[in-house]
Amino acid sequence: MKTIVIGVIGADVHAVGNKIIEYTLHNAGYHVVNIGVLSSQEDFINAAIETSADLILVSSLYGHGEIDCRGMREKCVEAGIGDILLYVGGNIVVGKQNFQDVSKTFMDMGFSRVYPPGTPIDNALNDIREDLGE
Amino acid sequence: MANYLLIDFGSTFTKLCAVDTKAEDIIETASYFTTVDTDITLGYHEALKRLFEKIGKTIEFEQVIACSSAAGGLKMAAIGLVEELTVEATKRVCLGAGAKVDLVFSHHLNKSEIKQIKDKKIDIVLLAGGADGGNSENVIYNAELLGKMGIKIPIIFAGNKSARDEIEEIFSKYEMDGYICENVMPKINVLNIDSAREKIREIFLDKIIEAKGIKKIEQDIDAVILPTPQAVLEAARLLSEGYLGEEGFGDLVVIDIGGATTDMYSICPPTKRSDVLLHGLEEPFAKRTVEGDLGMRYSAPGIIKSLSEQEIKFINKEKGVDIEKEVDARYKNVQSLPENEHDEFIDQFLAEMCAYRAMHRHVGRIEEVFTPMGKVFNQIGKDLTDIKYVIGTGGVVINSKDKESIMIRTTNILHNQAELRPTDPTFMVDQKYIMAAMGLLSKKDPELALKIMKKYIVRI
Repeated sequence: MKTIVIGVIGADVHAVGNKIIEYTLHNAGYHVVNIGVLSSQEDFINAAIETSADLILVSSLYGHGEIDCRGMREKCVEAGIGDILLYVGGNIVVGKQNFQDVSKTFMDMGFSRVYPPGTPIDNALNDIREDLGE
Repeated sequence: MANYLLIDFGSTFTKLCAVDTKAEDIIETASYFTTVDTDITLGYHEALKRLFEKIGKTIEFEQVIACSSAAGGLKMAAIGLVEELTVEATKRVCLGAGAKVDLVFSHHLNKSEIKQIKDKKIDIVLLAGGADGGNSENVIYNAELLGKMGIKIPIIFAGNKSARDEIEEIFSKYEMDGYICENVMPKINVLNIDSAREKIREIFLDKIIEAKGIKKIEQDIDAVILPTPQAVLEAARLLSEGYLGEEGFGDLVVIDIGGATTDMYSICPPTKRSDVLLHGLEEPFAKRTVEGDLGMRYSAPGIIKSLSEQEIKFINKEKGVDIEKEVDARYKNVQSLPENEHDEFIDQFLAEMCAYRAMHRHVGRIEEVFTPMGKVFNQIGKDLTDIKYVIGTGGVVINSKDKESIMIRTTNILHNQAELRPTDPTFMVDQKYIMAAMGLLSKKDPELALKIMKKYIVRI
């Protein structure tokens, strides 16, 4: 069974979407490790190491995603899980910015997939299946 | 009449406590130096002689049981994967089992770390890593290296269950003294203490006390049944929770300032507030921490090491002493007892420092986080603000003329809002030095142990 670490990064306490993601991924047959809200980059990475996770799915709903996610790929490399899949989604930046630019920013930061506001988790699920080879 | 004799073989003193189960009271207590370096029975018989002298006659005991922290206590190495997760979990299990954690390692071990296990004469290794179904590569690698390097001391595997088969193969391939128990962290941030702790206790009783020359005492007594710190933890827990109709004290903290270590125990839930978010590895309800660098004799230099040069100068000027010289004298003569007011003053000061620092490391922290949703509280560790009782034990506290000044150092005297120290507890003292003995007694007759503790642990 493939393992996915999920959580909400930074000083962000939006818990509802987090629960929906957990529910959906669990029902899709994944082992979901939910580290919850107010999680730091280190919390995600530590959980991923201990569980040998295949994917880290970061949620950010309060607009500070860019600051919170910066340097995460580098930390994964340092921690020995440099190849892990990193997804991010939610309201990851403030205001109505052009999503193509936003996506590029996060891709340059080392994220594997970036989702715009309002993406149903089912859309991401297709990508997960594809990326994890199931 | 049924009498019990309860013995604590400490690092410095062998302490005896005779209990009359019919009268539900202590008959008498006595102590003598621990003589484990020569023959542990010598010190025991000397202490017993003193006990009978105090009672005025020889009496028979129906049961004689002991706990021990003699000959360096139980020295363990805690090995996990990630520092904040399985490494922390293994550390907590060791401490909860009454061990001293002399070595802590994370990720892949290297040869120099394994050499330290040999050099420091570690008694037991607790090897974990990986949540169940998670990482098994790391723990297998570590077990393999321990085997290759010829580690023959007991090794307890308490890691990812999926790695168990490979670990068992490694244990038999290298003819290691291996044991298997449940994962200390089966899921992320979930702590599972009991299985590994029980295994540690078994090995301690089967092998370690034998190797340390303590087992010899079992010619003369019924059995050694616990490591001393675990006995104190059992006593603290009983005193807090109560037993059947006999009510306990509720949430409490015990501080035990000894010659080599300062032990801190808290018996309470991590928090009672609903408006905080708990972060990090789950906290045990009965939690023990040990500060190996804070103590009155062997570890007195550690107290000074935690100070800056400026602070030392300030203390020397303020108190009119040469604190480094005083500490050195205590370190060189660990059996010394205060002879005059000056000695007492220094011991008092050192004890206050131990209490302050030990609580600083034991207690949880809270921070306010400002989010777009408003202010939220993020807590790491245990919230002790609501603790009702702080109980002091250990020679220096019991003999101090100003116990309150030591005990108050566990509270928030510096008004550091981030530290969740006890706010306004009642201070109590284990005046007869019986907590370890009552931990032992609790294994036989918890109700009686509780009654006696409630009688002899008194307000200051």
